[in-house]
Amino acid sequence: MENVIPYRLQIIAIILAVIFMFFIFRLISKGKLREEYSFIWITCTAFLLLFSIWRNGLDVIAKLLGIYYAPSLIFIGALFAIIIFLVHLSVVNSKQHKQIKDLSQEMALLKEKLESDKKKD
Amino acid sequence: MEREMNNIVKVAVIIPCYNEQDNVLTMFSEIKNAKYDSAYFVEPIFINDCSTDNTKQILVSNNIHHLSLPVNLGIGGAVQTGFKYALRNGFDVAIQMDGDGQHPPCELEKIISPLLNHQADVVIGSRYISNEGFQSSWLRRVGINYFKWLNKKLVGVIITDSTSGYRAINHKALQIVSEYYPDEYPEPETIVLFALNNLKIIEVPVIMRERQGGKSSIRAYKTVYYMFKVTLGTIFLYIRLKFNGKRHTI
Repeated sequence: MENVIPYRLQIIAIILAVIFMFFIFRLISKGKLREEYSFIWITCTAFLLLFSIWRNGLDVIAKLLGIYYAPSLIFIGALFAIIIFLVHLSVVNSKQHKQIKDLSQEMALLKEKLESDKKKD
Repeated sequence: MEREMNNIVKVAVIIPCYNEQDNVLTMFSEIKNAKYDSAYFVEPIFINDCSTDNTKQILVSNNIHHLSLPVNLGIGGAVQTGFKYALRNGFDVAIQMDGDGQHPPCELEKIISPLLNHQADVVIGSRYISNEGFQSSWLRRVGINYFKWLNKKLVGVIITDSTSGYRAINHKALQIVSEYYPDEYPEPETIVLFALNNLKIIEVPVIMRERQGGKSSIRAYKTVYYMFKVTLGTIFLYIRLKFNGKRHTI
């Protein structure tokens, strides 16, 4: 009886991982998620799937790294991934900030040129 | 400056304004009515930084030369728009002047003339050389002393009024600021930018007035953020210019 619940959990985990993967692929194919951002999500789903199939994987890796309580590996890994991704988003944000600034300035300059050309005619 | 050949020096006076409906008309007429040497052609250009009041309507209905930004970029972005305009339209000198009436146009010639005599590439109008006129709050003066120390340490120039927005720059400096100009609180940071691009900066004494209307962009509670942001900006700009092969050098 001991193994019943973990097996049920494993099946749920696999189903959820597959749904998540399907969701990501749909976003990419619909053009709602750019390929450069999709990379990290595909990797994420791959990990989810890997560990929902390979049940002992977490324990094995935790033992290898010398982590006593295996689930804390999940938290550390997830936290690390989230922080890296947030920095990545800040970089993207800064780049867009500069692009918006340049575009607005260009627009103001063009509008002025249009107006002054109109006055000359 | 090659364009001086026909002896008329084109001077763009760049006035960034954000919600300055009470000041624009006075500023415009003051600049237009001030007496200049016949060698100058002074053109005021207002940059409307997406104001939410009637600044734009006033500019349009009075037929004042202006550029209107579609989104609010902040003072740095607005001033840079003016610099880009000046560069593309063949101006020899660009002067930055705050839209709140703190900078009296009668001092314009004082800050232009060192550029034309080739004494400097950048001229900053300083309140603290002769200590006359409006001197601003003690907190601001503490900040200014700190920036004076920071700039001296980093690039070895002593600027007594590094937060002064009243400055004139020549064609060489214009090319640099069109490439890169800080968004927020650009004044102290640009001193490092100019100095590391081997431009000569000098200060001339000017007498400033108290704001004619509206609110200052730097308020007491923002001072800490201001100091932090400018310090960070200045130091990283220094590192970038010093060690990354001078990306912004022309």
